[in-house]
Amino acid sequence: MSAHSRRLPAIAVESLVKRYGAETVVDGLNVSIASGETFAFLGPNGAGKTTTIKMLTTLLPPDEGRILLNGVDLAKDPMNARRHFGVVFQDCTLDKTMTVHENLWMHCALHRIPRAQRRLRIGDVLALFDLADRRDSMVSALSGGLRRRVEIARALLHHPALIFLDEPTLGLDPKSRRILWAHLQHLQKECGTTIFLTSHYLDEVERFAHNVAVIQKGRIIMQGTVDSIIRYAEKTTLEDSFLFLTSEETQTKEDRAVVAGA
Amino acid sequence: MIDILYCLWLRQIRSFLRARGRVVSALAQPFLFLIALGLGFAPIFRKAGEGNYFVFLAPGVIGAGILFNAVYSGSDLLWDRQFGFIKETLVAPVSRVWILLGRALGVASVALIQAVLVGLLCLAAGRVLPDAGQIGLALLFALLIALIFAFFGSILGSVMSDAQSFSQIVSFIVTPLFYLSGAVFPLEGQTTLVRVLAFCNPLTYGIDGMRGALSGRFVVAPSLSLLVLAVSAILSAGFAQLAFSRIRP
Repeated sequence: MSAHSRRLPAIAVESLVKRYGAETVVDGLNVSIASGETFAFLGPNGAGKTTTIKMLTTLLPPDEGRILLNGVDLAKDPMNARRHFGVVFQDCTLDKTMTVHENLWMHCALHRIPRAQRRLRIGDVLALFDLADRRDSMVSALSGGLRRRVEIARALLHHPALIFLDEPTLGLDPKSRRILWAHLQHLQKECGTTIFLTSHYLDEVERFAHNVAVIQKGRIIMQGTVDSIIRYAEKTTLEDSFLFLTSEETQTKEDRAVVAGA
Repeated sequence: MIDILYCLWLRQIRSFLRARGRVVSALAQPFLFLIALGLGFAPIFRKAGEGNYFVFLAPGVIGAGILFNAVYSGSDLLWDRQFGFIKETLVAPVSRVWILLGRALGVASVALIQAVLVGLLCLAAGRVLPDAGQIGLALLFALLIALIFAFFGSILGSVMSDAQSFSQIVSFIVTPLFYLSGAVFPLEGQTTLVRVLAFCNPLTYGIDGMRGALSGRFVVAPSLSLLVLAVSAILSAGFAQLAFSRIRP
């Protein structure tokens, strides 16, 4: 990573707007995420999280606003921007008719990783996520936790500086969730990968995220460190703070300011 | 880019070969057509002085196999859209043109493999041995209709949203294409309406081309059929690309 790219935010979102017909799903979003941090994007169902991730990953064009990933403008150069990130969607996007290795090989081809490097890179990510013995298993035969690990391993094959995780631990048992987080922490420590995640498991977010943004009805209502948000809400946990901040009563009581990096 | 096309092509082939039920039904369906229609119409055909109906029907059944296989593969795309894999391809730094092309080539190849297998069995059963030129020309016609309907299936898979109604809607489209292609009955002597409809159908040119290549009797000049099929392939590829570029997973 060059000194120049280290100074740039991993993600810079400016005045992002997305409408579906008359409904504004994302309404003037501004976010800046530093390289190497774990950023949690929280919100109740239907708040606009998944739509935002789709825009950040080039699947949906925004109606207004600008997105820069490592300084690359998504609207101007989406192909180049796609080289900078990996993504794990909420639903499994592995091909269940293929083996783990075939899925990883396909990803390598789509990201134009030279053939000579593929075997090594696939071996590396399989080892990193303790999947070496599953190399030739059909994806359809894997448990939910293993599939999640394969998906994250796949998203890292092209060495992205940034990874989007949309509900990475959804539907996993506690043991699988713990293993997954251990892998993610290891990844961040070893590679300095920026992690952008959404999750409804706020205990996990409280433990692992550096910064958090809370979105409701398409607007960010609170942004800052986990501690600053808990302090602002005068609660003891992030979950209680989140419930307080997104409650109807709190919404009508005040127009909150963003707590920036407090 | 060849590598990406190859991987997407290979995915379709593997997916087909690993679904044993699909392989069996893809091969069995043409024979069911051949037996059911052949046994029913062969005596009438012979009485009318048109010769051996099985020989007439075999290219039609091969063409029908390609049609059904290629168009119904659109449900794979719909499935990928609903269950995720499409997102993996759409967030990759690859133009959608290549993704569509790789998939369509895979679908067309699967349809062609099936056509070749059915064709070989028909030739063996009929104890006919065409020369290499005849086989090459028949394969060229088969390839073109496979491509046309692979792209057509991609259009349907891109624009439709309900996997459950896919097969019903596709049957509604594909059945008339099959019956109005000269696959089951000769176009000579038909009413003007039937002939006009048949000649608006690219499958007609493909089946006539395959039949002519193997028997030497063309209804339409082969060069004209090849031209019509080539133009149809380009048009269906263009419309498929338009539909595919509008997918919003």
